[in-house]
Amino acid sequence: MTEMTGAEAYVKALEKEGVKYLFGVTGAAIIPICDDLLKSKIRYIGGAHEQGSTHMADGYARVSGHPGVVQVTSGPGATNIVTGLATAQLDSSPVVALTGQVPLSMVGTDAFQEVDIIGITASVTKHNIQVMEAVEIPHAIKSAFYISSTGRKGAVLVDIPKDTQTDKADMVFPDKVEFRGYHPNIEPNSQEMHWAATLLAKARRPVIIAGGGAIASGATMELIELAEMLQAPVATSLMGKGAIPSNHPLSLGLCGMHGRCEANYIVPEADVLLVVGARFSDRTTGSLRGFAPNARIIHIDVDRSEIDKNVDSITRIVGDAKLAIRGIREKVAQQRNTGHTDEDLVKRIKEFKAQSDTLNTSPLSGPEVIRAIRRAMPPDSIVVTDVGQHQMWAAQHYDVRGPGEFFTSGGLGTMGWGTPAAIGAKAARPDLPLLNISGDGSFAMTENNLAIAVDEGFPVTVVILNNGVLGMVAQWQRLFYNRRYSTIQRPKHPDFVKLAESYGATGVKAESTKQIETAIKRSIKEKQTTVIDVPMDPEENVYPMIPPGMGLKDILLGGA
Amino acid sequence: MPLHTVSFLVENKPGVLFKVANLFRRRGYNIQSLTVGPVEGSPLSRMTVVVDAESRILNQIVEQLDKMVDVVKVKRLDPLRTLSRELLLIKMKTSDPIARIEAVNTVNAYHGLILDVDPDILIAEVTGPTDEIDEFLKRIGPIGIEEMSRTGAAAIERGNVKLA
Repeated sequence: MTEMTGAEAYVKALEKEGVKYLFGVTGAAIIPICDDLLKSKIRYIGGAHEQGSTHMADGYARVSGHPGVVQVTSGPGATNIVTGLATAQLDSSPVVALTGQVPLSMVGTDAFQEVDIIGITASVTKHNIQVMEAVEIPHAIKSAFYISSTGRKGAVLVDIPKDTQTDKADMVFPDKVEFRGYHPNIEPNSQEMHWAATLLAKARRPVIIAGGGAIASGATMELIELAEMLQAPVATSLMGKGAIPSNHPLSLGLCGMHGRCEANYIVPEADVLLVVGARFSDRTTGSLRGFAPNARIIHIDVDRSEIDKNVDSITRIVGDAKLAIRGIREKVAQQRNTGHTDEDLVKRIKEFKAQSDTLNTSPLSGPEVIRAIRRAMPPDSIVVTDVGQHQMWAAQHYDVRGPGEFFTSGGLGTMGWGTPAAIGAKAARPDLPLLNISGDGSFAMTENNLAIAVDEGFPVTVVILNNGVLGMVAQWQRLFYNRRYSTIQRPKHPDFVKLAESYGATGVKAESTKQIETAIKRSIKEKQTTVIDVPMDPEENVYPMIPPGMGLKDILLGGA
Repeated sequence: MPLHTVSFLVENKPGVLFKVANLFRRRGYNIQSLTVGPVEGSPLSRMTVVVDAESRILNQIVEQLDKMVDVVKVKRLDPLRTLSRELLLIKMKTSDPIARIEAVNTVNAYHGLILDVDPDILIAEVTGPTDEIDEFLKRIGPIGIEEMSRTGAAAIERGNVKLA
């Protein structure tokens, strides 16, 4: 036990968690903490806006696997992180948010810069805690890190009134925290694994869908081995991209609303469907009636509440996906001769793949731009995306070798996530080139983060697929509203090249895939934050597309 | 939709009731009644919620509650083995002597207690399962309900089973 102030205890607690970076924006209600940070080795990355700082923490968390930490002040500082927390929470990314609060004596009085951030964030966090006494700070911070990074990961917020930062107490720093109501480590049930293995071993057309949980649990090796053993093709949700290499003969790529042909044609044919760490989002399943209508579904998830939430399963395994798949694989091996390759299946996948890849090959089409980016990026590198048409093209056409190469805002679909997330990702992996595939609408939402990339020495490359409209909505209006365009025009953009230069970054206008590749390679070689503005056709649609309310096989391949 | 009773133990600390209520609101679950009280000799409170839900939603209610860090144990009570009671306090206008006699008889018939007598007003307490309280209110309605306060159901399972 040592007597110290709440602020000192706070810094010490963060240091004990191994925190390297603190992303945030300062303010009156956290000044005591900021004062003590001066004595710490934790690097503070000041942001332009708290939303961006939260996305940085999120990008850091997704790439490093460790909680990303955002620290902001009370009131508007706290409300500005809500979008970032919801983004992290929906994609199960471990983000710890630390908010200053007005002194306890003023809580509830509508004091200056007071908001009820506990109430506001209750539905977008895994858990939140308000500190009531200085002495609680070490335990609250330890709890936040523990809860955010275990089980199904997520966002946790700790609200720290200013007086608890300055009050002194005898502080105890627990090495371990326990909760009566939180037991994240669930062993997969052996009987359930046995049933799953039996179903799979007997299946004639087994298919696997891998989601973010397959990646979060590090199950990809086991998953690929099981897929090969069963000759089961593997589709992924958006969050599951990377669970299997894009060029694997059994890879079906993205499934769902903008899924690839091979996924959307083959998934509905399944007689047994193994769903690993995915939550049957409407964007992945399309209409539930057309989603694998004849399949018996096996669902693996670490979060029991996901089982039977949207789709009923016949066998359910609650627990870590890696352990579950390992268990299933061993039991399948006892029941089934393996080692053959299903040549017919591989050939069909190949044909569908070719179809997906040739839907639009005009020189500056979305898919061509994505392929150019892929050619220019070295194998060891990371891309993130913003949200919209460019994101779907990237999900469809940006080939990856495995997990850890592609990150995106899936569940919440937060435009503006990409640029700050890329900076956070760069902080986690400074050795790897980082590129954000963006759109003009998304980029404009958080472009002020370029200042941080330049100032703090986290060079990132941003490619803007610039069609001058909010393209995904334009596409829906084109396809489903008889071309009645409404609300899709953006305010006139600044010149993105000059904008980049004004931040001290490099700006390039690229009007061919060749120029895109050259600009990307140069930005990586020179380690310069670079914005590459690519003029695109505002009329281009993302295909394939499943119209809303339709099933996977009702796939649109073009037209309109 | 059928009514179900779910009982759960929560950490007895500020903000937990809000989080539980917020979960029900956010996910659109229909609460018929909710009761809360501390558990003797323990840092926990017991909440009992009666919900109007089909089985998929009921299952979700249990799982979503269970997922909350502050919720320690959740159980859907077996309707065939559950004892459930609520308390009604009711103020009746009984200036008319016949109405007064009828009110007293009805309260007695439902094993209630007269708590307070005033020249024009009777106050009674009635406990019972929810449907019994509903019945009582139907009978007393024509006599005249001035004011009432109902607690919602407290519930417990028969036999040697325990929530915690």
